[in-house]
Amino acid sequence: MPADPRRDPPAAAPGGGAADTPLIRIRGLSKAYRRGEQVIPVLQGIDLDVRRAEFIALMGPSGSGKSTLLNLVAGIDKPDAGRIEIGGVDIARLGESELADWRAAHVGFVFQFYNLMPVLTAFENVELPLLLTGLSRRQRRAHAGAALEMVGLADRVDHYPNELSGGQQQRVAIARALVTDPTLVVADEPTGDLDRTTGEEVLGLMDELHRELGKTIVMVTHDPKAAARAQRLVHLEKGVLVDEPEAAAPGRR
Amino acid sequence: MFVLRLLLKNAFRHRLRTALTVLGLVVAVCAYGLLRTVIDAWYAGAEASSSTRLVTRSAISLTFPLPLSYAERIRGLDGVSGVSWANWFGGIYVTERNFFAQFAVDPASYLALYPEYRLSDAERQAFFRDQQGAVVGRKLAEKFGWKIGDQIPLRGTIYPGTWTFTLRGIYEGAEAGTDEQQMLFHWKRLSEALRQRTGAGSDRVGVFVIGISDPDAAAAISQRVDTQFRNSLAETLTETEKAFQLGFVAMSEAILLAIRAVSGIVIVIIMAVMANTMTMTARERLAEYATLKALGFPGGFVVRLLFGESLLIAGLGGALGIAASFPAVRLVGQLTGTLFPVFRLSPTTLALQVAASVTIGLVAAAWPAWRTSRIGIVNGLRHVG
Repeated sequence: MPADPRRDPPAAAPGGGAADTPLIRIRGLSKAYRRGEQVIPVLQGIDLDVRRAEFIALMGPSGSGKSTLLNLVAGIDKPDAGRIEIGGVDIARLGESELADWRAAHVGFVFQFYNLMPVLTAFENVELPLLLTGLSRRQRRAHAGAALEMVGLADRVDHYPNELSGGQQQRVAIARALVTDPTLVVADEPTGDLDRTTGEEVLGLMDELHRELGKTIVMVTHDPKAAARAQRLVHLEKGVLVDEPEAAAPGRR
Repeated sequence: MFVLRLLLKNAFRHRLRTALTVLGLVVAVCAYGLLRTVIDAWYAGAEASSSTRLVTRSAISLTFPLPLSYAERIRGLDGVSGVSWANWFGGIYVTERNFFAQFAVDPASYLALYPEYRLSDAERQAFFRDQQGAVVGRKLAEKFGWKIGDQIPLRGTIYPGTWTFTLRGIYEGAEAGTDEQQMLFHWKRLSEALRQRTGAGSDRVGVFVIGISDPDAAAAISQRVDTQFRNSLAETLTETEKAFQLGFVAMSEAILLAIRAVSGIVIVIIMAVMANTMTMTARERLAEYATLKALGFPGGFVVRLLFGESLLIAGLGGALGIAASFPAVRLVGQLTGTLFPVFRLSPTTLALQVAASVTIGLVAAAWPAWRTSRIGIVNGLRHVG
């Protein structure tokens, strides 16, 4: 994937160059939702480190706070307390427009229901995030074409989402997530809307891209088979971590 | 270009919805233009007035005539460059539906005061020479298919009997707003006929038309004229031609107010329809807008998308509505015949139609854009459209 000119090359990434410095450093993270007078705690005092190029899966029962944790790491929600340092930047302290700029530069999203623009072709959907990069039209088209080729959809570039299968739409979403060469990829139940076979294909693709591109991936999943693809499992229950953060996922090296 | 493509694709995503909204806009903008044109037509006489003409009538009422002898006294006043006179005839051509204005005038002095009625020299002289002659405006001649030399019979109402005139000239208006649906004939013919029939009223005129050299002196000259005839049996009221014409408009003020109100209501209604369209659109696409924000697009980008789409639809509907206004005005002008001597789409009306379209586009998107900008990304992503 061509490097994103908006950011420094990996050797000079913020937060230092030491191999064991976590990319994501979470300390004392708390979040609660308010319904009128009622305060419902969702996350309570989370401490978590994620190494660069690590693939972790967040698991837990419904209401455990795993999606909330993912949203906070992705910068699409704000915590009530705590720090979220990603690449040395505490994103919990950023203002709304700074956070939007940060997401555009550092985060790739893979949603459960793909969240593609229905009126744009596969190519245009992948090109969409590049509008924020300042690249020329020619450069954007080159990047988008390369991303679609990487996910094996070079022959579907002019198809609209409703002309693609679920698996193909998710591949387009993955291409969109990777096209800006983000620091971090967040995936919220990426196989939740797919049948088993297609889900396996998509997970295989994510796995392959993780190994080839060395992306840091944080994935929320209910599916143990999906979780098995990750290098590490993180369990949440009632808003707190219940496993040792360094526990390795079964079946992973 | 990418964003423009996105706007176009979004605008026509629901083709039936967009088509119906555009149709509503076309009807509303066209109707607005038509209603404004009706209002303009009412004021056409006042708009075509000259600042160098005054009108003198009886101070009691327009229906009371004035002595012809006043002409010489008015002509001798300071600031007066010319004097003529006219009587409203009120005749009927074939049926009452064929209404048009007819004036008995002193040809030479009257046409000198109305240079905007353009006649060839030959037609002018032919009209001067023939006391049975008449001149009509081009639109009137086209409406009834009259040609030079035709006999035009009128059934008198104020002046009973059948009056036949020979068409000696067809004038063209110098300006777009000049009335080309009038008929002018010799005042002397009317006067002599009255003298023969009754002997009374043969030296009376309906109004005097006064030419002045300095428009800024209009008020002073008007006062000078009226002072001349104060305490006489026929006191006068002199005013600018524009004020005289506006006096007729004032009689229809209630109608004009109603038309103005309706024209405004039409725009408000379509604004509400368009706002409903954009609100539905924004609600259905909440997840998409949240996705755009998640990807890093600022909130302002989403707001601009909504406004852009709204202005695109309103612009399309407005443009088509304006285009439809031209044949609509032509058709209504033909149907109303000579009721409105001047019936045309003015540049001001066109500008107001454009302004209305833009305003509709902006107002319709305002509420949904504001709401969308306030929805959090997480809540927006959960939304099912």
